[in-house]
Amino acid sequence: MSMPFYVAPEQVMKDRADYARKGIARGRSLAGLIYNDGVLICAENQSRTLHKVSEIYDHIAFAGVGRYNEFDSLRTAGVRLADLRGYSYSREDVDARSLANAYAQTLGQVFTHEMKPYEVEILVAELGVDGNPDQLFHLLYDGTVVDEENFTVLGGDADSIAERLKDGFSEGMQLGPALQAAVKALAGPERTLTAGDLEVAVLARSNGRRAFKRILNGELEQALSS
Amino acid sequence: MSLPLFPTNDPGPSFSELLKRVGGDVVVPESGSDAAPQVTHGTTVVAIRYADGVVMAGDRRATEGYSIAHRAIEKVFPADRHSGVSIAGAAGPAMEMVRLFQTNLEHYEKVEGAALSLEGKANQLSQMVRQNLPAAMQGFVVVPIFAGYDLRRRMGRIFKYDVTGGRYEEADFHSTGSGGRDARTTIKLGWKDGLDRAAAIELAIDGLYEAADEDTATGGPDPVRGIYPTVATITDAGFERVADEEVAERFQTLIQRKTEAGQMA
Repeated sequence: MSMPFYVAPEQVMKDRADYARKGIARGRSLAGLIYNDGVLICAENQSRTLHKVSEIYDHIAFAGVGRYNEFDSLRTAGVRLADLRGYSYSREDVDARSLANAYAQTLGQVFTHEMKPYEVEILVAELGVDGNPDQLFHLLYDGTVVDEENFTVLGGDADSIAERLKDGFSEGMQLGPALQAAVKALAGPERTLTAGDLEVAVLARSNGRRAFKRILNGELEQALSS
Repeated sequence: MSLPLFPTNDPGPSFSELLKRVGGDVVVPESGSDAAPQVTHGTTVVAIRYADGVVMAGDRRATEGYSIAHRAIEKVFPADRHSGVSIAGAAGPAMEMVRLFQTNLEHYEKVEGAALSLEGKANQLSQMVRQNLPAAMQGFVVVPIFAGYDLRRRMGRIFKYDVTGGRYEEADFHSTGSGGRDARTTIKLGWKDGLDRAAAIELAIDGLYEAADEDTATGGPDPVRGIYPTVATITDAGFERVADEEVAERFQTLIQRKTEAGQMA
């Protein structure tokens, strides 16, 4: 019987993390930011049908980068968890913090125990109502949760995009300027992104109970040029 | 609570299936006893198709035998953005059915990224009514009306149900519950193709008034407490509750008209 080689746990974890990061870096990035009427999520995505940004519950949105099938199964699980909670308790009892915790548990579990880690980063955004602040939970492939303020960037080139977004962002921006700042940061100095390259959605206080809304076609063009 | 992940046996976009997987589905009594316990009942609801969509309305009374159980119960609910459901029958199971139906539609829409067709929603409700059949055999009958604006055909549509989950599309209007027959007759006399919003609401209110006049279990307008029937319109723009003030005003007009015509009784 052959014995497996000994590999130090540090090395195993590092290899897994590298593997996950590489996978994530292959895809395109997205940015989530807080503007005057709620939360704006802007993703670079050429597909009109395979969404990176979606609705989870009344005031909660989801966005993912990396491997589509992996973050999409996490999205579905999130919708299920939220709907089950809302159905067995009350709609008010569904919140982003507990959802982010559930995601963190699963991602952490998969990272340490499964053959390969999920190659995803996800954003769970919540629109604050009744005086509560808007929230952005950024989850990494290993289950790390970061509670971000104002804005967050997910994806391979996150650091340099975040650096650019920091310059363009200010608190209480309108939708148009906020979107333009996000697009400019995502594009970088050498590229320009048009409406066709973007998937944009908001959680807006003005939308009523189901605050999630996609910004499409004409409305998107308008927001980009306003 | 951990994430409900299903590596095998995935429930797909169905919330009812999901509930079964996690063991939280609705319990239906298995064996019957002859004497059904007396439970709260809701009564007359109507739906009328008009030029822009559908008007749905329902009285506010719930009864337990000969007593009034509740004076301001709601029987007309939005099912999703472009459809509504109204209920007559045993109030407990009916409300539960509506809540599950609403969750089902929204769950499907979110998981799949697109809403069901109006026909698909009507069939979904049909299955839920059928699942209630064992309870219906014991006296807990739930008979909903489902109506909505069909975004593909660009028109309002109305579906009625029987206890077995049988689903029948009504072309123009329908009314169910203990006062349903009286309401239906009234609406039949006043209905014509291409009614406008005001006329359709007026007709719905007329129907409910006549039902309350003839049926003990149907509540009429209650100006003392300020309780008026629920009225809602479903159009291209979605489900919209008609404001209580508007309903109150229309009842005022109706009562005045009746009084002038000498129909006090």
